[in-house]
Amino acid sequence: MSITRREFVRGGVAAFTVGFSAPLFLSDLARVHGQSRRNLVVLYLSGGNDALSTLIPYTDAQYYARRPTLAVPAGTVLQIGSDSAGNALGLHPRLTGLRSIFNAGRLAIVQRTGYPNSSRSHFEGTDIWSTGDPSSPQGTGWLGRYLDRLPSPVDPLTAWSTVREIPRTLLSRTVGVPSIPNAQQYAFASPNGGADAQYARATAARISSHLPVDQPHLSFVNATAQAAFATLDRVGEVAAYRPSVAYPNNGLALALRTVAGAMVNGVGTRVYWVQTGGFDTHAGQGTNVANGTYPTLMGTVDGALSAFYTDLSNQRLLNDTLLLQFSEFSRRIDENGSQGTDHGAAGIMLAMGGGVRGGLYGSAPNLRMGADNPTLENTSRDVRFETDFRSVYATVIENWLGGDAAAVLGSRFPGGPAFL
Amino acid sequence: MARQREEDLEHLLRRAGFGATDAEVSAYARLGFLSFPTAAAHLTNYGVQPDDVDDHIGRAGYAGVTAQAAFLPASNINDARQRWLFRMVHTRRPLQEKMTLFWHNHFATAYSKIAGAVGAPEAARMLAAKPSEDPGRVKGQLELLREHALGNFRDLLIAVAQDPAMLYWLDGRTNVRARPQENFARELMELFTMGVDTFAEADVYAGARVFTGWNLARPGAGPAQHYEFSYNAAQHDTAAKEFTFPIYRDGGRVIPARAPAAGIEDGRDLINAVVRHPLTGPRLALKLYQYFINEVDAPDTALVNEIAGIYYARNYEIEPMVRRLLLSPQFRDSSNHYKRYSWPVEYVVRAVKEVGWTGFSVGDTLTPLVNMGQQLLEPPDVNGWELGRGWFSTGGMLARMNFGAQLATNQKFNLRDAFRGQALTPEELVSAALDRLTSQEYSAGSRAALADYVLAGAPWTGSDAQLSTKGSGVVHLILGSAEYQLV
Repeated sequence: MSITRREFVRGGVAAFTVGFSAPLFLSDLARVHGQSRRNLVVLYLSGGNDALSTLIPYTDAQYYARRPTLAVPAGTVLQIGSDSAGNALGLHPRLTGLRSIFNAGRLAIVQRTGYPNSSRSHFEGTDIWSTGDPSSPQGTGWLGRYLDRLPSPVDPLTAWSTVREIPRTLLSRTVGVPSIPNAQQYAFASPNGGADAQYARATAARISSHLPVDQPHLSFVNATAQAAFATLDRVGEVAAYRPSVAYPNNGLALALRTVAGAMVNGVGTRVYWVQTGGFDTHAGQGTNVANGTYPTLMGTVDGALSAFYTDLSNQRLLNDTLLLQFSEFSRRIDENGSQGTDHGAAGIMLAMGGGVRGGLYGSAPNLRMGADNPTLENTSRDVRFETDFRSVYATVIENWLGGDAAAVLGSRFPGGPAFL
Repeated sequence: MARQREEDLEHLLRRAGFGATDAEVSAYARLGFLSFPTAAAHLTNYGVQPDDVDDHIGRAGYAGVTAQAAFLPASNINDARQRWLFRMVHTRRPLQEKMTLFWHNHFATAYSKIAGAVGAPEAARMLAAKPSEDPGRVKGQLELLREHALGNFRDLLIAVAQDPAMLYWLDGRTNVRARPQENFARELMELFTMGVDTFAEADVYAGARVFTGWNLARPGAGPAQHYEFSYNAAQHDTAAKEFTFPIYRDGGRVIPARAPAAGIEDGRDLINAVVRHPLTGPRLALKLYQYFINEVDAPDTALVNEIAGIYYARNYEIEPMVRRLLLSPQFRDSSNHYKRYSWPVEYVVRAVKEVGWTGFSVGDTLTPLVNMGQQLLEPPDVNGWELGRGWFSTGGMLARMNFGAQLATNQKFNLRDAFRGQALTPEELVSAALDRLTSQEYSAGSRAALADYVLAGAPWTGSDAQLSTKGSGVVHLILGSAEYQLV
């Protein structure tokens, strides 16, 4: 048993953090038994990412007509070729790192992903993408159900949310998922140092082991505390991670840095959740302005993913890693009067990693107004889905995580894009 | 001396307020509070109490605030947060602050987006200035919510729709005739009133057009210059707007074409319609039920229906709904006690009130609150915070435990003095600590674990040194227990 004493609390008042030395973890056992080290990182762009500004149909005259102030000039887009339907496409000018990864064949872009009767509500839309169930988006998440099907006992670090809340995607019936936004702060403080701090931690663990069956709300809180105690020390090791590249100083990049640290330390996590917000660009989207809102968002994503990709590559973990991006909806085709875009329908998903067959999947929408245009919906205001997002999930579950997609998703979703 | 437990009264003060100190419970009891209806009436009729809590900021005997130089709650967002937390700790009108918190979550508006548009000082002013202290008589959104805390829901909704912070937050300021802006109209229906899946996309378009021209002006000069609501007739879409649900009492679904000068009536008509909508009352009633009665078990539908009925019968007045909830048998039913997961601010304020604040600054709660997942005036999105179990991630739980450690450390010597003479045995120390904190009853096993902690390391002598170490230690462990996370 080791004790670390360091100042924890501001304001000149000292409290102490307590650590225990690491026992042999299930992850180590798994490693010994030669099990897969594959992991999945889910990236959620919250607010509804404007896919037409991420992947730009720069030869479509309707794109320029319907976005008089927001269209990105054709000369500045980062051209990445044409999709199978012959639509020329380019990335937003700030996505230089992603273009390199695309050119290296390690980035797949799945166009027009969505589902029938797309919800334009942030909250319902997010719930639908999280549960994989548009008709009843309550209850457990698609990855939560994947966790539910793992053989027991499931190590409490099998999944890791880097945000403060547990996203519905990871909500599971039987597996508690820790939220660890900051590995440094993931510690147990005590008013007293030395041995007393150890007694305090042991007592807190003992009290929280009480799980009264007739008081499930109390048991829930205690189970959460137990999960915290079971993960503290391994996470503490991750806090000391020294990456092989400099990550940008923003929340997404720091979260991915922590994820890389967890992978390098072999903590055994298989599913990570990272998230970045600000995509609800109703006003002042500034798509083509140097330091505009949208270019800044793209810069954040690009810088973070590029650093993560390079770090994993240097650490020889790229082939074990798949990053999958989604957003709750894309945005209307027409810009509004506030130089922004309102809530729309189908968007794009990105998949990045050493095992990804890069390229453009699916076909871009034709932005021409008209009831006869099958790629649009809602009187041509929004993009209609072509690839059901659940077929992408099915591909990930079957071909990456080695799970049973039909059981997890409640139905078969064949014909997903073959990026794995 | 052990606290005389007044469980009903303490429950009332936790739910309709933020908990109570020993002294407050005694004071309320002296006021005749042992008659529960008197107590509830005292809380709902808060208007008779002077609104003087801010006068005590910086005074001896109260929790402190932490300011860089001057304390500027109308221009510095952290000072605004501290002022609100100070009010929660020391107000004589606890239900007003409790309802203000409820509305802050309901009309969840985040500082950072506004600050990005107008700069930090102006954004803090827009959210938290008091007219009496502002050269431009600005009433920040927080003051607006306080003013209407138990007022009329329709009036509150109109005020919110014209609130500059809301006009920035949901982009109404840029909603113009040529290209309507859908953000506010959608959330008005989905989040503020009727609820998701109760309206069609066509209603969103029509609603956006209704609020065209509900923009901002910036009158005044110098320090008095400020943003305020302005109806811009030239930017209003004057054509008729058709909805899929009734707008008027006669069932009419079309807001008629109006002259530009009269176009502001469109917005009033739509707000009246969504306030009157048959799903708005039940939705608000359920939210209030879960806030005041029980969010853990299935709702008592009879009571929720009764509250919804009061909403319509009393013309959308909020006070009768809340008063009925507080006076309902369900409120006092002990099976509903400790059946709501505390929000982080409730947890923190209650802990400060029950543990003590001498030498403690509410500024020291700001970072812990971020770690617990509830930064005031910075909700995660317009849907507000994820309540209930949503607060209890492992990181959030550790943040609560660690705040308990911080507070107990800060109050170590006050706790030592309080426990002196009450702790001849470890069990007595545990009892004294549990008595000070109005926690749900502890199981015998948990009490034994706490007593074992007191004994760990050395035999118990009750010396000052031991009282200081183990007193703060036991308080920390109680604050970090599951029982204490519920209100």
